[in-house]
Amino acid sequence: MSDEISKRSTNGSAGTGDASLLLRHDQEPLDNPGLPDHEPRPTDVDTALERRAERQVATMFGLAAVLALAFCVAYFAIGEDSQFLGFGASNLALGITLGLALLLIGLGAIHWAKKLMVDQEIIEYRHSAASTVEDRQEAIAAFKAGSEESGFGRRKLIRNSLIGALAMLGLPAVVLLRDLGPLPGASLSGTVWRRGIRVVNDVAGTPIKPSQVQIGQLVNAEPAVFFEQHQPNGTVIPAQYEGARLQVEKGKAAVILVRIPPEDITPYPQRQNWNVDGILCYSKICPHVGCPISLWEQQTHHLLCPCHQSTFDLADNGRVIFGPSARSLPQLPLGVDGGGYLIAMSGFLEPVGPSYWEQG
Amino acid sequence: MRFLSRHRRHPLAGFLVVLFGLLVAGSLYSAFRPALAGESATSDTQLIAQGRKLFVVGCSSCHGLNGEGIMTKGGDNYGPPLIGVGAAAVDFQVGTGRMPAQRPDAQIPQKTPSYSPQEVRALAAYVASLGPGPPIPDPSKYNTSGMSNADIVQGGQFFRTNCTACHNFAGAGGALPGGKYAPPLKGVLPRYLYEAMLTGPQQMPVFSDQVLKPAEKRDIIAYVTKLTNQTSYGGAELGSRGPVGEGLWSWTAGIGALVIAAIWIANTGVRVGKKSS
Repeated sequence: MSDEISKRSTNGSAGTGDASLLLRHDQEPLDNPGLPDHEPRPTDVDTALERRAERQVATMFGLAAVLALAFCVAYFAIGEDSQFLGFGASNLALGITLGLALLLIGLGAIHWAKKLMVDQEIIEYRHSAASTVEDRQEAIAAFKAGSEESGFGRRKLIRNSLIGALAMLGLPAVVLLRDLGPLPGASLSGTVWRRGIRVVNDVAGTPIKPSQVQIGQLVNAEPAVFFEQHQPNGTVIPAQYEGARLQVEKGKAAVILVRIPPEDITPYPQRQNWNVDGILCYSKICPHVGCPISLWEQQTHHLLCPCHQSTFDLADNGRVIFGPSARSLPQLPLGVDGGGYLIAMSGFLEPVGPSYWEQG
Repeated sequence: MRFLSRHRRHPLAGFLVVLFGLLVAGSLYSAFRPALAGESATSDTQLIAQGRKLFVVGCSSCHGLNGEGIMTKGGDNYGPPLIGVGAAAVDFQVGTGRMPAQRPDAQIPQKTPSYSPQEVRALAAYVASLGPGPPIPDPSKYNTSGMSNADIVQGGQFFRTNCTACHNFAGAGGALPGGKYAPPLKGVLPRYLYEAMLTGPQQMPVFSDQVLKPAEKRDIIAYVTKLTNQTSYGGAELGSRGPVGEGLWSWTAGIGALVIAAIWIANTGVRVGKKSS
């Protein structure tokens, strides 16, 4: 220990050369109190207690072994569907037996270490993190010798060509970034909605008449092209999309249909005829980062996105009244076709879904 | 003296005597009480008349003497008009104890119903007589016994499309802005599930029978019943809120407990100061 201190103070005073500093480093503010007297544990002095602790540890390990066996028994004996106190009996039994077995092994080990393993104080000195001066000088000399012998500094052609090769290795990594593409092109800005496509109830594909939608009603809807459409003359138009394409298009084209008392609606001048007797249609995809939103309060007409609490007023053109969304919820103009069913009067006039560089 | 002290009354004897007296009086009353006026009302007119009596006493202070609703000076509904809400809305609101409301609030909570089932029928009949509205659904519409697995799977699709936004994937309910909430669906009677979809109580939107067909509603009810009654095999669950919520909970509570246990193990010594002999 004294070696260590003297070495540190030599290093520290080398730059200053101040004798008083050296003196202060050498003096401890307090005398080293040393170690307290060693007190033996009860198990060290009483053989009865020692044997008892030994039995306790062995009991815990033995119980753990029994519980491990019980786990195996429970695994085969308890059916998957049986219940106990409202829990799955199998899960409960497996969890308790295995958990207790592990716990008992841990408890036994701690008990063993604290009561029975050798009990003596030891001192471990802290060492300086830096290598010794000699070691460092030796390493620097070896590096310089290597540099000299390889001729790295002398043969400039080799050095420069190596640097060039290593720099070129960065190019494949950059080129591979292309696989993140291709660029989406126009696919972000459009959906399958076109003039004349019926608005149908999602899952079932039921076409909807305005009279069937009550004040305060919400319909989670999709364009009819995703479903089989039964014509009045008995023919069936098959669904026009399938597989991954269906999922992609369905995710973008999802809409919600709500009916609000017409006197509550305050449309922009150009949107006066976008509703049918108070029935409004909006994109179901939040323009913030694209969560599906259908959390609609029928009395306040507010639509809340559960992801980041963007709130849209559906009676007021889908305006953002709270939250991080940078633009209003896109609205789909509605009309009625010859059969009396709700249809889109055009596609969305702006991209739906999360905003991106050119949009939002 | 010893005899007296041995037969001294137990300190609780007085209470027991009073309790016995109350029990006797109560059972005598219930045996001889006069039959209530409403209990025999069976015909529609009688039901409506009984419902009107109950309505005037219990509901008119907010909804108006004829169910026309009362507006506040600010133009809001103090109690909304009930003309045309139909019997289904009354059966849901009063049958689940939401009405009569204790106070106007962001949301009227569910509580123990104040009216007997017969009185709820009478109130529903009266409100239905004010204007046409959805009737109390026929039990065949929400009876889910013997439904096929395919129907329940279909119900699950409808549930995830229409209900989970507010009521959570496991039907555990969720929060809405301004102190409002979507209640949990566990244990709600199928009749009330149907009526809630049909009438759209409070902030819940309406899902009319013409758009969401009765058979589709029955599929949803079957799915909700199966979903909310399944055994939680993994032990205590947090409404299936997903790995983030449940993981956060188990990390803070579980790792916290382990840290405390480790500190306790390290702090607890085995020495008692006994010197070596």
